[in-house]
Amino acid sequence: MADAVVETDVECRISEGDYVVLKRGDVYKSVQIDKKKKVIFEKQWIFLDGAVGELYGSTFEVDAGGKLGLRKASNTGNSTGDGETKEAGLDNRHIVDDGKSQKLTRDDIESLKEQGLKGQEIIQQLIDNSTTFRDKTEFAQEKYIKKKKKKYESHITVLKPSTRILAMMYHGREPGKVCHLRYDTLAQLLTLGNIHAGSKIIVFETCAGLVLGSVMERMGGYGSVIQMYPGRGPVRAAMESFGFPSHFHDTLHEFPLCKVNAMLSGTLNLDEKDPDGQSDGRLGEQSASSRLSSGGSKEGSSESQSMEVCTQQARAKEVVQTEKLRDQKAQEKRVKIEEKRRRLAAAAALLEGRNADGLVIASRFHPCPLLLGLLKFVAPSRPFVVYCQYREPLIECYTKLREQGGAINIRLTDTWVRHYQVLPNRTHPMLLMSGGGGYVLSGITVSAETVTLGARQNAAGEPAAKRIKRDEITSTSNSSA
Amino acid sequence: MSFVKYSEFVQEGDVVIIFIGHDSMMPIKVESGAQTQTRYGAIRHSSDLIGQKFGSKVTCSKGGWVYVLHPTPELWTVNLPHRTQILYTTDIANITLMLDLKPGSIVCESGTGSGSLSHAILRTIAPSGHLHTVEFHAQRAEKAAQEFRDHKVAHMVTVRNQDVCKEGFGVVGIADAVFLDIPSPWEAITHAKRAFKRKGGRLCSFSPCIEQVQRTCEVLLDQGFQEIHTLEVLQRMHDVRSVTLPLPDFGSEEGGLDSAKMIFDPPSEEVPSSANAGYPAVICRTATPPREMAGHTGYLTFASKPRD
Repeated sequence: MADAVVETDVECRISEGDYVVLKRGDVYKSVQIDKKKKVIFEKQWIFLDGAVGELYGSTFEVDAGGKLGLRKASNTGNSTGDGETKEAGLDNRHIVDDGKSQKLTRDDIESLKEQGLKGQEIIQQLIDNSTTFRDKTEFAQEKYIKKKKKKYESHITVLKPSTRILAMMYHGREPGKVCHLRYDTLAQLLTLGNIHAGSKIIVFETCAGLVLGSVMERMGGYGSVIQMYPGRGPVRAAMESFGFPSHFHDTLHEFPLCKVNAMLSGTLNLDEKDPDGQSDGRLGEQSASSRLSSGGSKEGSSESQSMEVCTQQARAKEVVQTEKLRDQKAQEKRVKIEEKRRRLAAAAALLEGRNADGLVIASRFHPCPLLLGLLKFVAPSRPFVVYCQYREPLIECYTKLREQGGAINIRLTDTWVRHYQVLPNRTHPMLLMSGGGGYVLSGITVSAETVTLGARQNAAGEPAAKRIKRDEITSTSNSSA
Repeated sequence: MSFVKYSEFVQEGDVVIIFIGHDSMMPIKVESGAQTQTRYGAIRHSSDLIGQKFGSKVTCSKGGWVYVLHPTPELWTVNLPHRTQILYTTDIANITLMLDLKPGSIVCESGTGSGSLSHAILRTIAPSGHLHTVEFHAQRAEKAAQEFRDHKVAHMVTVRNQDVCKEGFGVVGIADAVFLDIPSPWEAITHAKRAFKRKGGRLCSFSPCIEQVQRTCEVLLDQGFQEIHTLEVLQRMHDVRSVTLPLPDFGSEEGGLDSAKMIFDPPSEEVPSSANAGYPAVICRTATPPREMAGHTGYLTFASKPRD
């Protein structure tokens, strides 16, 4: 059984080259650990060298030079403002906003910062120099400290990436890059799509690779993922940020969307190089050979003219070397093209059976043609999910799917998420909430053929009950009652 | 079939989902010689199900047809026999994501209840993960264990019949994630803490009432849990339909212009003269919310257990 998990700290330690996520407050940033490299995070320049060798989940303090120092566990919790006798007012009837309650000026605070004072010390100074602090209620004092802490204390936690963290990061920082896909909506996609180890999943996304990465995380390196991509190549930046082990990448395939029609009609020619690659490759070869010949003639002419044998030899050597380099480059290019063709063939082989276990679409393109086209590669009795930032295109998908058949249990949904502040005597929903996280259309494929077994009776011979039922469904969904 | 692995054909002993119609499904355990009655007549397992491809249409004895579907945790959730109140897919999806569940995760859960969440966890942590689930109700624990065997996932789950608040999860130092759906989760937090791996992990507690959340959060904070967040997720269904909006009649003008045309210029959709009272009407394709929807299931409180 799995009880005998031997925990080694080796895998929990941060090493150079790792993809990590920096966290400060509720703000995240994904970076790759690179010694000597400056990273900007929350208006601060930092060097990540100090994090190498430490454990994931460690919290660091940033010094004036941007270096990370491990923060001692002792000063966690509410350490500011303790020790002193706690004094607090009951209400704010005597607190007047005259703008003079803080005796420290902006310049004073700046100079405190320049002296290299720790954030915590600056906050204590601010409290000591606030004339109204003592009159504030206990809750207001806490709120004041929390606000100042956010501004002056810079603690950075280094985390291991996961779908949860990266989805929250993208939604918070760059929602446009992920088509405003909110984390709870991504959660629905993964669950409604029944994404799990050992399946064969088709993914089409323009969410920077976030959806792809989350699908790969759920598959754990078992099974296969075929990423359909528009344009010249798949975008995978967010997927890279997951820092998957290399064997995960062996399960990942890609297939160009522009070859889907050829694939479906059976006219996909795998020997045919893709137009760009082909011309590139030939050009490369041609120019290499032309350079070779021109180089040769040059050599010949220089030989006859030149008197200096040694420089000539040197030059000849040089020419040979550059030729070798060119040859090598051409060779590399050929290998690359060959590799690309091999990968295309592998993806085509996976699609050919038209027996994929699921389809996930989340893109800025119109979902209707994508869904109707790509669903043809999915086996019957498998779930599919389509994300769209807007509802109307999914209404169209729903209608077309109902007309075409081959899918049941079609649902158009969205989710609503509300965060709560939970504190003694101050529990309430957060003031701000996300306005919308997009819409999801989900369903299950079924075989499109008519009655399979025995064909005892065809559709026309259905009992009245079924016909009525079906008519009811169509009438309720097609027109208002 | 198995809940954690797709297969192409229905076999003896499988649990399949029969899709009868809009929002009407039933689970069947396939046994040769057995019959199942539906409103379209009987389904004979030997001839109608065994050997069929999942997703195919099956004709019942009265001539109507149904679809035979491969089971998934999501289909199971809407078809399982209720022994308790259950968690639904919307919450389950968020729990799975926020607990960082993936293949290989070791998860502790209590109570097992009707096993709705358990199946979803097992699906996600397969093939190498393990679920330790604790249910203090002996009969429910036994029923759940039986279902796990029927669904061919028993090798990945250990069901313990004990009180999680008193005896804990029966395991120490192995969990990546802990899930609590019990009336007094605050009493189980110390046990949960001990269940975690040394490097820590993620915890979730599901409670319908805010007072439960309040007490749980206090204990979580006392016990050194970090990143404590409480949230609520609701799903909205959108019913796709065409609606017909009759156009108002402002009466004819001196010039004899159609008043409706003045407003809709040009008309946004087809304007057929509708059956009702001869008013011209506009048909538009829309999605409407259902008349009633689930307004509250429970608060989800998440926290990170830091390294020891």
